[in-house]
Amino acid sequence: MKSQTRRGFLKCFGLAGTVLAVGRAGFASEGAINDNGVGLLYDATRCVGCKACVAACKRANDLPPEKGSFDPEGIWDAPADLDGKTRNIVKLYRESESVWSYVKVQCMHCMKPSCVSVCPVSAMQQDADGRVFYDKTRCIGCRMCMVACPFIVPRFQWEKPLPQIVKCDLCKFSEVPRKGKPACAGVCPTEAVQYGRRRQLLAEAKRRTETNPGRYRSYVYGEHEVGGTNVLYLASAAVPFDKLGLPNLPNEAPAAFSEKIQHRIYKGFMAPLALYATLFFVATLNRKKLSKGGEKEEER
Amino acid sequence: MTEQVQYKPLGGTIFTRGLFVLLFFTIIGFSLIAVRFWKGIGAVSNMTDVFPLGIWITYDVATGTALACGGYAIALLVYILNGWHYHSLMRSAILLSFFGYILAGFSVVTDLGRFWNVYNIFMPSRWQFNSALLEVALCIMTYCLVLFIEFLPVILEWIRGLGWGTVSKFADRFAPKLDRVLIYFIVLGMTLPTMHQSSLGSLFLIATSKVHPIWHTMHLPLFFLLNCLFLGYGVVVLESTLSSYIFDREYEVRVLAGLAGAGAWIAVVWLVLRIADLAWRGRLGMAFAGGDRYSLSFLVEFLLIGAGAYCLFKPKLHSARWLFISGMLLIVGGGLYRFNVYLIGFNWTHHWKYFPALPEFLITVGIVAFKFLAYFVLIKILPVLPAKHEPHLAGSPDWSSLMQSKIKSSSNWHLP
Repeated sequence: MKSQTRRGFLKCFGLAGTVLAVGRAGFASEGAINDNGVGLLYDATRCVGCKACVAACKRANDLPPEKGSFDPEGIWDAPADLDGKTRNIVKLYRESESVWSYVKVQCMHCMKPSCVSVCPVSAMQQDADGRVFYDKTRCIGCRMCMVACPFIVPRFQWEKPLPQIVKCDLCKFSEVPRKGKPACAGVCPTEAVQYGRRRQLLAEAKRRTETNPGRYRSYVYGEHEVGGTNVLYLASAAVPFDKLGLPNLPNEAPAAFSEKIQHRIYKGFMAPLALYATLFFVATLNRKKLSKGGEKEEER
Repeated sequence: MTEQVQYKPLGGTIFTRGLFVLLFFTIIGFSLIAVRFWKGIGAVSNMTDVFPLGIWITYDVATGTALACGGYAIALLVYILNGWHYHSLMRSAILLSFFGYILAGFSVVTDLGRFWNVYNIFMPSRWQFNSALLEVALCIMTYCLVLFIEFLPVILEWIRGLGWGTVSKFADRFAPKLDRVLIYFIVLGMTLPTMHQSSLGSLFLIATSKVHPIWHTMHLPLFFLLNCLFLGYGVVVLESTLSSYIFDREYEVRVLAGLAGAGAWIAVVWLVLRIADLAWRGRLGMAFAGGDRYSLSFLVEFLLIGAGAYCLFKPKLHSARWLFISGMLLIVGGGLYRFNVYLIGFNWTHHWKYFPALPEFLITVGIVAFKFLAYFVLIKILPVLPAKHEPHLAGSPDWSSLMQSKIKSSSNWHLP
C-alpha cells in the first residue's frame, strides 16, 4: 500500500512539471491591455443614415444580401439587425419628431475582449493593433463568444449546414490592406465614421464634446465601458446611449473578472493536482483501515 | 458475518414493451439529428443570436452531466467519507454516469456549429487557457475514458463467465492487474468532476451583464459543484427505486435513505450559501419579491429543493415511495437552477424569449430515451446490480446513525 502511495505522489509531481510548463506557455500569450490600438469613432450627430457603410461593408467582405420582411422576392438588401450575413448596420432610434438618432452597430473591438477569453481553440483573437478577428479554420462553432459578448455582436449562420461566426474585423483582411481604412470609414460622406488610433480618436471625441456642449452628450461611450473599447461613440445630447442599444456597463472587463476567479481556483493547475493527491491519500488510507478492520473481524 | 457483495445480471427478456417505446423515441430523435446535420441547426431549433445555447446544452450537457454525477457522488461517500456500505450502488451509478457523459458528449457534437473542426480541441498549440469551456471539454472527455475504465471490471467479469476460451482466459489474467491500478482511476474519477462541474458554472462568470443578478455571482463555480453532488445522490435514489419497481426487486430503502440524507445535507448547505450570497450582494429583495418571472423561477427552484431536503430529514418519510418523491424534488429543483443560469435568467435585459422548437425538444428526448434504453439492456446482460439485498426495514434509522454504523456487517467486500 505504501509503495503505491509513493508511486502516486511521484507520478503527481511528474505530471505537475509537464502541466506547469504547458501552463506557462499558455499564460505567456496573455499580454497587457493595449491602449494604442486602431478603432472607429462614430458620431451619431453627423450620421445621415444613408447606409452607404452597410453596402460598402457587404461589398468589401463579400457578404450576401439579407431579405427584408417587406420584400419576399429579395430585391433589396434589408437586414433588420446584425446577422449571419451582416457585420455592420445602421439603425434609427425615434422617440418623437424632434428627438431621434441614427446608430451604427458593429463589433466594439473591446480592449479586453470577452469573446477571445472564452474561445477554447483561439479562433477569436486580438492582434497587436487591438483588432478582434475571427479564424474560421479553428472555430468549432461552440458559440461561447456569443454567450460572452456584452454587446451581442458575434452572429451565427443558423440556416447553413456548414456555418460560421460573422463579426466585424475592421476589414483587417479585406479593405485595410488595399485602401488603408475599413470600408465603412472610407465610404462615409459626412465623416460620421472615422478610422484611426484610439488615442487620437478619443482626443478628437473629447474636443468635440467640449467645444459643442449643447450638441453632444458630454460622454464618450467606450472610453471606460468593459475596460475600454476601440470603437468610440458620440451621441446627441437628447438621446441617452442605452436607447441606442449601447447598454450601461461596468468599467471592469468581464473577461478580467472571470479570468481572475478561474486562475485563483486553478493556480496554474497546481490546485487540481493537490486535490488529486489529497483524495488519493485519504482514499488509500480509508481502504487500508477497512481491510485491517476486516481482518480483525475474521480473527474473532 | 463476512460476506462478499455479489453482482448478477438481471436476465429476462430484452425486448419488452417498454424497450420498444424507448426505441421509438430514440429513432425519432436520431432521425432529427440527421436532419440537423443535413440542413443546419436553424432547421430544427429555435436558437437565435440572442439565445445561442438552447436546451441541448442546457439540458443534455449542463444538467445531464450533473444528473450523471451519481458515480462521482457515491465514490466520494465511499472512499473519502468511509461509507463502504454504499459500495453496492457503485456499479449501477458508474454505468449511468458513463452513459450520461457519453451522451452529453454526443449532444455537444450535435450542437457544435462547425463540428468537423472539433479536432482543434486536441491541438495543444491552439488551446486557450483562459477558456472555461476548454477545461470542461478536455475534462469531460478524459472523464468518459475514466468511467469506462472504472466499468471495465464489470465487462471483464462478464467475459470470464462466458467461457470463451482464450478471451476469457485473457480476461482472467487481466482483471487482477486492472484491480491493482484501479484506485488511481477511481481517484481521478473524483478529481475530474470536481473540476468540470464547477467549470460549468465558470462558463457564465464572464456574462456579468447578461445573466440575471439573482444568479450571477462570483460563486457560480461553488454553487454548480455542490448542486451536482445533491443531484447525483438524488439520481441514484431515483434510479435504484425505479429499477426495483420496474424489475420487481426488493427496495434498498435503508441504503438509499442514508444516501438521500447525504444529498439532503448538501442541499441545505447549498440553500444557506445561496441566501448568504444573495444577502452579500444585496439581491435578497429582488430574489424574494415574487413579482417577475425571474423571482418566480427562483422561488420555485428554492421551494422544490427545500421541500425535497425537508422530506428527507423526516425519518417517517423513509419509504420507497417518499424517497422517490423527495429525490425527484431535489432533482427537478437542482436542474431548474441550471436552467435558470443557462436559459431562463440569460439575456434578461432583452425582449427576445426562447422556447425550444418541437424537433429540438424531440432530439433531447431521443437522447434521453437512448440513455435509458442502453441502461436497461445492459443491466440485464452485465453483472451491475447487487444480487443480495439488505432487508426491507420498516422504520429506517436516520442518516447520522447509519454513517456511524458503517461496515460491521460486510467488511470483506471485493473492493478495488
